[in-house]
Amino acid sequence: MSGIPGALDSIPILGIFFQLIGYVLANLQFMSNTTVAVAVPITLAALCGVLCERSGVVNIGLEGIMLTAAFVGWIVAAAAAGALGPGTPLPFFGVTAPLIIGVVAALIAGMAVSLLHAWLSISLRVDQIISGTIINIGAAGITGYMYSLISSQSLIGAGQFHKFVVPAGVVDLPVVGWLINAILDQGPVGLLTIFIVIVLQIMLFRSRWGLRTRASGEHPRAAETVGIDVIWLRYRNVVASGALAALGGVWLSMEQTGNFNAGMTQGRGFIGLAAMIVGRWTPLGAFGAALLFASVTGLSQSLTISHPTGDLGNLINGVPGEFWEALPYIITIVILAGFIGRSIAPAADGQPYERESAT
Amino acid sequence: MSASANAAGSRSSLRGWGSNLLWTLAESVVAILLAIFVGGIGIVLFSGLLPNHSAFDLGLPIAAYGALWSGAVGWPNGIGSTLSYATPLILAGLGVGLGFKAGLFNIGGRGQFLMGSVGAMTVVTLMGAHQNGLVTIPLALLAGALFGAFAGFIPGALKATSGAHEVVTTIMLNYVFVFATYWAISGPLRLPNSPQPITADASARGAALPIIGFLGRDAHAGILLALLALPLVWFLLFRTTLGFEIRAAGANSDAARYAGMKTKQLIVLTMSMAGGLCGLAGATTLLGVVHQMAPGYDTTVGFDAITVALLGRSNPIGIGLAGLLLGAMRAGAQSMQISPGVPAELVDALQAIILLFLVINILRRWRAKRIGDGPIVKPTETLGVGASAEAAE
Repeated sequence: MSGIPGALDSIPILGIFFQLIGYVLANLQFMSNTTVAVAVPITLAALCGVLCERSGVVNIGLEGIMLTAAFVGWIVAAAAAGALGPGTPLPFFGVTAPLIIGVVAALIAGMAVSLLHAWLSISLRVDQIISGTIINIGAAGITGYMYSLISSQSLIGAGQFHKFVVPAGVVDLPVVGWLINAILDQGPVGLLTIFIVIVLQIMLFRSRWGLRTRASGEHPRAAETVGIDVIWLRYRNVVASGALAALGGVWLSMEQTGNFNAGMTQGRGFIGLAAMIVGRWTPLGAFGAALLFASVTGLSQSLTISHPTGDLGNLINGVPGEFWEALPYIITIVILAGFIGRSIAPAADGQPYERESAT
Repeated sequence: MSASANAAGSRSSLRGWGSNLLWTLAESVVAILLAIFVGGIGIVLFSGLLPNHSAFDLGLPIAAYGALWSGAVGWPNGIGSTLSYATPLILAGLGVGLGFKAGLFNIGGRGQFLMGSVGAMTVVTLMGAHQNGLVTIPLALLAGALFGAFAGFIPGALKATSGAHEVVTTIMLNYVFVFATYWAISGPLRLPNSPQPITADASARGAALPIIGFLGRDAHAGILLALLALPLVWFLLFRTTLGFEIRAAGANSDAARYAGMKTKQLIVLTMSMAGGLCGLAGATTLLGVVHQMAPGYDTTVGFDAITVALLGRSNPIGIGLAGLLLGAMRAGAQSMQISPGVPAELVDALQAIILLFLVINILRRWRAKRIGDGPIVKPTETLGVGASAEAAE
């Protein structure tokens, strides 16, 4: 603690700190909206991880599942738009028939990739980290191959979902208006994510399914003795959770943008994995951790768009732009390293389950 | 052991050393052949998307693989190109494999490779316009290894001190090092007075690795470094105390700790050495192939090295062979993309399919069933990951 009075002696640091607070307050709306939006795919990936690992399967293939779903959703929506015509958007979220078809295809693709992971890690008892790595390499390779094939076709996508327009009266509410705006200023996937977080939190800790899931992740043999089919439960959880990560992919290629790019997940699956660990394998905790990671992106994006003045501006000018882009990843590492000792994984996480009655 | 190996159908026939090596090789070959077949189906299915090709063109896989083959081993430049691609793959594959032996999954090859390139380029930049290659090249390679080792040291130290899993930290650090490399190219390493952000040209400054002429115009002397690293890492792993400790920690870190080994220091040391090898891969690529760094300087070596290490069972001999195979695929992919027009990304997809068939390991499962060994086969053991029987013995 002796370092703090020494730091306080140098007044400019304190001044810059107050300037930063002032800057954050002035740009709160932009920053909080960006933060919630950036947190959406990270949260969805983390939720997929929570469901898998709570039942005892490590899944580092989140990145690959997201990438596959982002590509399949985008390409199927584009193909559907080509076959059926773009369709007239419904009055809410700009929903069109091709987009819905794309989402369904993306969810199926995500669950199919998860099924592969489930088969490799539960039935074949392959090292689960290697299985996940195969999924990541394969997703990057196959979507990259397909995208490269399609790039000669000058394909036009099916567009994207629109955001919910928060009524002006709500936004102008004192004190809480900005917060409501930040939460509601989302497309359908973003809004659904907040709903899913709450539902999963309740289900995991208050439902029969949740108890069984946690039991098979902590002590599968004990779970099996009381009549839980651990293998089947793990299969169901891994495959169903694939839809969550797939939704993260949908957000990337059909909500945030209307386009696909090779490798567009940019490590979000792995940040989701970190959010899951920091959030102690709970849906609500993972969401909180994702918001924490995303707030760094919110701040750095805000700093590049509306530049602060004064000492704070000079300080930021002195830092290379690449630093701000790397900052979310650095913060993820720092928080992960700081939290990990206090965060305990499910006891049977990553251990293949083998029934005793082999005869 | 050899006597029991003759007893056909007995369980111990699985343990005969020579036959085990042959079976391991056969398992890899089966995985590769199956992947080529499945990849061929993939090419046929989507051939209609290529310009100038009909849908479901059955001849396209043959044309594509033919171009791949001739680009990889065709004379005079194919072999040199293959060796040039294989060099960083072998070096980084050794780095990833070393991690596997210690039970560490190093996905940070990309960042370590980039840092290695930055290290080598730093030396080239500092040494001025006219350089003696005999001085600069060893220094630059050393700097590359040190920068890479530092990039590997960070996740190692994080794992040892806080327990943060290296899979997450190395991936995060990859992105950090990508941005650090961009910053280095447009900042401290930028050539003064150049219109675009670009670094000095190592070959113009006399710091390029010499070309081994009779092997083709791309065959740079870094190949010799990779060939030297293979027996050195083998010696380290199997003939030194440190290597034994690394393998023991990988087989069972609790047992290693009870035996008095400093497992935390082993983690840091292994990750640093792994990073150093990946950094060397970056340094040889910079000094031997690209010579100059521009924005967008990046690599797929980090991920290819995972395939190399898994396919090579983390064993230096296997890594050498797997590195050559993948190097040939990378070299051939370029000519495949030019002539029948099949995208070079096919190689990335093929890698994943090879690994998939490797872990499914049809041959071993079939054999285990036939011999009546039951379903006790653990595919990870055959890949040299986690608990390996060989290290425990």
